[in-house]
Parts: sequence; structure tokens; C-alpha cells
Amino acid sequence: MSENGQMNAQVANFKVKVGLAQMLKGGVIMDVVTPEQAQIAEEAGAVAVMALERVPADIRAHGGVARMSDPGLIKEIMAAVTIPVMAKCRIGHFVEAQILEAIGVDYIDESEVLTPADEAHHINKHAFKVPFVCGCRNLGEALRRIGEGAAMIRTKGEAGTGDVVEAVRHARAVLGEIRRLQSMPDEELMTYAKQIGAPYELVKQTKELGRLPVVNFAAGGIATPADAALMMQLGVDGVFVGSGIFKSGDPAKRARAIVEAVTHYNNPEILAKVSENLGEPMVGRTVMSLPESERLAERGW
Amino acid sequence: MKVGVLALQGAFVEHMAMLARLGVATAEIRLPEQLADLDGLIIPGGESTTIGKLAEKYGFMEPLRQFAQEKGIWGTCAGMIFLAKDIGREQPLLGVMDIVVERNAFGRQVDSFVMPLEVPVLGENGDGKRPFPGVFIRAPRLVAAKGEAQIITRLPDGTAVAAQQGKLLATAFHPELTDDDRFHRYFLRLLQHK
Repeated sequence: MSENGQMNAQVANFKVKVGLAQMLKGGVIMDVVTPEQAQIAEEAGAVAVMALERVPADIRAHGGVARMSDPGLIKEIMAAVTIPVMAKCRIGHFVEAQILEAIGVDYIDESEVLTPADEAHHINKHAFKVPFVCGCRNLGEALRRIGEGAAMIRTKGEAGTGDVVEAVRHARAVLGEIRRLQSMPDEELMTYAKQIGAPYELVKQTKELGRLPVVNFAAGGIATPADAALMMQLGVDGVFVGSGIFKSGDPAKRARAIVEAVTHYNNPEILAKVSENLGEPMVGRTVMSLPESERLAERGW
Repeated sequence: MKVGVLALQGAFVEHMAMLARLGVATAEIRLPEQLADLDGLIIPGGESTTIGKLAEKYGFMEPLRQFAQEKGIWGTCAGMIFLAKDIGREQPLLGVMDIVVERNAFGRQVDSFVMPLEVPVLGENGDGKRPFPGVFIRAPRLVAAKGEAQIITRLPDGTAVAAQQGKLLATAFHPELTDDDRFHRYFLRLLQHK
């Protein structure tokens, strides 16, 4: 930033894109499929909602091609709440992204939960005014997405399972790789960038910052307050909860409990209290039981 | 001096980093009893509905109103909303600043922007007259400042975006997202006034 309070337009644009994600930190972003669910989420203290036609557990059950949701439904959800509304487009489907930008969603998730539209390329996210969040399994994938213009990153986990094991694996991979990167001498960075398939400048920046250059949430399989606090203690900035809330017995209560667990993630007494009497969690499916072809995290390049 | 940052939700780490850079002792505040030894408090940007609900649930409302009587509080964005008396809709508010605020006053995220601001009080603080970079993210605006509350900066079109009422400060924008520490230093100076 220059001395006279000016920033060039491009820097300003990326700053406000990342800035919204910074405001979401320490918060819970919840998947919702109706305006009523969006209001329940807002009332429970969600920092944003993800507007969808089907939560990931139902996308799994339904099978077939999963696409961007009906813009009419997304607009109804946008009209129902005052918090930011996100929506998903397919990997590489830049026209779905253009449509979502045109209706004014606050964030686009270029998501592996939907059926990919391009088997080699992601969207050039720099070309949009609306910010994007993208999934990752490791540091290389996170930095490729940021290189393409993502202003927020989330671990992929394994959506729609209620099994947190993949979210843990992906968070440990990203955060562990950053810790190793910090101990690398500078002359090793170019080769490391080549090995993980990441842009050199972003590798260098990540080493200097000791964290990703954008906000990093956990997603994919979080179903309980303890799951959410586990991800926070591992070092992420906040959590997405997909099927875990509205596929459970008492969504409003579970939603409130997960919000409180993210704030008080380091306080076991409070975590114990909010975990009491939440009713049935989502049934879930272990990731181990999923055949390779049904593992959504493998999508993305 | 010790300044707390309300860490219920939002961009509290950015404020902590700015304060640490200025050599001030800081603390993340998640429970009301942690307010005890503070000289001032920052309520960060985030979602005002989330921060308000958590503040209510964890017994912060009366302790914070008491705190505002004796010490300084600065709210940025969601923090400004939380300090306000009136926002024209139902959600938990401290109501300690005599200001009327409109949420999401500039539109949705695609309407977020950066704008240089003239802030005369920073000049009076010995910090020159150069504009302050105003980062506005799904930002609120001030509809009115009444009683003791004074508007301290406006956008070029006249929209009011920051106010002060004694040791209480409210900004619709995010100084913690810039490299410019003049607003943080201004708040610290307010805290030193008797």
C-alpha cells in the first residue's frame, strides 16, 4: 500500500476478496437447501450459508450428475438471511460461475462435491469479481488454487460421510507441509515448488508467513462439536458443516453447539457442555467403506 | 497498557497482530471474566449476528455495557454494529453508542471496495493529513450520530463511516486489514485520556 492511502485496483480487489474470508474466521459455514434452513442456520449463529439443492449425503445417495443449484432457489435463500450466501459450481465450469456471480452470491465454491466439468483445468478465478473458495488435500493443491485466484481454501475431507478422518488427513497434510517448508533453506524452495506442483512465488510467500496466504477452513465429514473443535485445534481458521447439521435429529440445537464449539475450541469444559443431549447425529458412512469411484476428494487437479 | 480483542468470532488475529506491532500487551477475550484487567477492548469485524448471539449466550452483555462506562471500546464493521443503539432490525446489540447503523449498506460482496478517506482526527493526533485506506467489506454505514456521538469521517459522497463518543470508537471499515497503524495508535491514545 502506498503512503497516500491508495492501492492499485487489482490489489484492492484481491484484498476485499480475502477480506471477507477473514471476517468468516472462527465461524461455521452451514449447508442449507431451503430458505427455512438458512434462517435456522443464521439464528444458530452461522457466519455464512452454502445454498444447495441437495446436501452432499443426498448427492451421494441420489447419484447421477450433480450440477450448480437452481439460481431461483439460491436467490430465495439470499433473500431469507442477512449473512453471506455461498453457492457451488462444478470444477472448471466457468459459465456456472458467471451465473452465480450475476445473481450476486457472496462466495463461489468451485467444488469437488459436484460432478467435474473439466478433467484438467480449474476456473481462472482472477477473472471474477466474486471471490472463490476451493478444496485441497495438500499444500501443492492449495497453492495451485490460490495461483488460479482462490481467495479462500478449505480441506476437502470426504463430503457427505460424517466421517472426519479425511478432513484430519488433509489438514495435517497442509499444515505439516507448511511446518516443513519453514525449516527449508531458500535454495531448496524452487525444487520443492516443482515437486509439489505449486507456483514458486506462493511457496516463498507461504514460507515467510508460516501459513497459507489466504484463510483456510476445514470441510468434509464434520458432524459433531468435538469434530469441529478437533479441526480448530489442528490449526484451521473455521469450519464448513455440510450434511452434519440438517441430516441430524435436532438441527437447530446441533448447529448452535457447533458454533459454540468453534469459539471455545480450546475449552474442554465448554465443549463437554455443548455436546450434551444433541439427539441423533447424522448416520454417516465410513470413508473406508467407500469404493474409489465414490471418493469425491480425488476430484481436482 | 493491556488491550483485549473480543475473540468470539471474526478477524481478531489481525487486530492482535497490529497491537503487538505497536508494543501493546494483548489478550483474546472469550469469557466475561477475562475483561477484568483490560484498559481497552476491540470488537473485530466478523458476522454481527454470530458475535451478538455468542455474546448474549456467554453473559457478555452487561459486563460489556459496564466496561463501556469506564474504559474504551473500538468496534470495526461488525463491532460497530454491535456497539450501536439502533440498526433497524432485531439482533443482540450493546447499545452503548448513540448511533444508528444500517447493515450491508453498500450491497453484497461484489460491491465491497477500498477507498481513501480523509480523517481529520488522525491529523490532530500528529499523524499528518494523508488519506487513510478504507477497506469496506459488506460494510455497514452510519445513518445518524446523536447526542455525544460525533461523525469523524465520511466517504467522498458524504456517507458517514466512522464515529466517536468519548472513548468509544466505531469504524465501518477495517484498519486491521491494512499496513496503516494510525487508527490503532489513535485508539491507544484515547485509552490514555483520563
